[in-house]
Amino acid sequence: MAAEAAAKTAAKTAAKTAIHRLSGMQKQVLSLYRGFLRAARSKPQQDRFRIESIVASEFRRNALQVDRKNFLYIEYLLRRGRKQLDQLKSPDTTGLSSVDPSSRTDH
Amino acid sequence: MATALLRRAASTAKSSYIRPACLLQPARLHASEAEPPKAKSSAMKTFSIYRWSPDNPSKPTLQNFQIDLNDCGPMVLDALIKIKNEVDPTLTFRRSCREGICGSCAMNIDGCNGLACLTKIPPASSDSTITPLPHMFVIKDLVVDMTNFYNQYKSIEPWLKRKSPQPKDGKEILQSKKDRAKLDGMYECILCSCCSTSCPSYWWNPESYLGPAALLHANRWIMDSRDEYTRERLDAINDEFKLYRCHTILNCARACPKGLNPGKQIVNIKQLQLAK
Repeated sequence: MAAEAAAKTAAKTAAKTAIHRLSGMQKQVLSLYRGFLRAARSKPQQDRFRIESIVASEFRRNALQVDRKNFLYIEYLLRRGRKQLDQLKSPDTTGLSSVDPSSRTDH
Repeated sequence: MATALLRRAASTAKSSYIRPACLLQPARLHASEAEPPKAKSSAMKTFSIYRWSPDNPSKPTLQNFQIDLNDCGPMVLDALIKIKNEVDPTLTFRRSCREGICGSCAMNIDGCNGLACLTKIPPASSDSTITPLPHMFVIKDLVVDMTNFYNQYKSIEPWLKRKSPQPKDGKEILQSKKDRAKLDGMYECILCSCCSTSCPSYWWNPESYLGPAALLHANRWIMDSRDEYTRERLDAINDEFKLYRCHTILNCARACPKGLNPGKQIVNIKQLQLAK
């Protein structure tokens, strides 16, 4: 799993609301995040918290790591995130899981 | 695999020590079992291949690979597989059937869309550039995001739809030879998306314009004698954007690796719209 994006700028601007106008891409990132939270609501309680925590950590991680000027990559993450959101929205999908490749010793 | 091993063994033997001419003969006989001896004229050709990986997010680049054409199959796909096997295993592309029936290896080769498995490697005198299909979102290297393309195909409901009940005997719905012949030039489409991604109209309106591939399939079901939703199908695509963004540029016909003419099928739909 990897829900995405440069929420870095979004998070910053959230702190000083109203002062800073959000760019189109920042809005897209926030709406994607919102989409995930809404999709999580349709799942059972247990799964919902799990989804929310994974999504939040993924957004936070990318916000810290991704260069805010790297539009090409942020757009890629947005597209990937939207695709994952579409899959999550389907009633057949029960939850999310993530694999941390660095924590795996065997291969 | 066996041939490759033999060849390597033969070449190392040659280089390791100098033999008199009389000894050379039997050694050559063994080598020729695997492959006829080559005058090692190296026909080196440079392939510039588009590289971009989401794992290492930076600007996309063209990476050069030198390939000896004497040691490689005739098609572009052979060269790509050779590069992936022997030079850079991280090179990413889709491929499957290697004979132009799956449509996976559609890419832009020297500025023309085509299937890598059906495109001959251009002569070694010039460099070749291989890029992903134009105006598609890149997932990695030569792999593009086909979601929108497939969704458009889905939107034309590519399956048989009937109003009258199924035949009571549970048998197939028969079709005359003449009716079947109407589907020639359409059923061969393998949805490789070479045509759609070569269409300037599709470049500018990829969301709203269905594109030649989807419209060709729309026409395939409109023309099907067994389908009873012809009228509804025509109405569904009778739209300023979905259908009429086609300006008969006919890049689609030039690009199609199966030799089809989507432009002609779209004209047919337009005529049916008028005759309706």
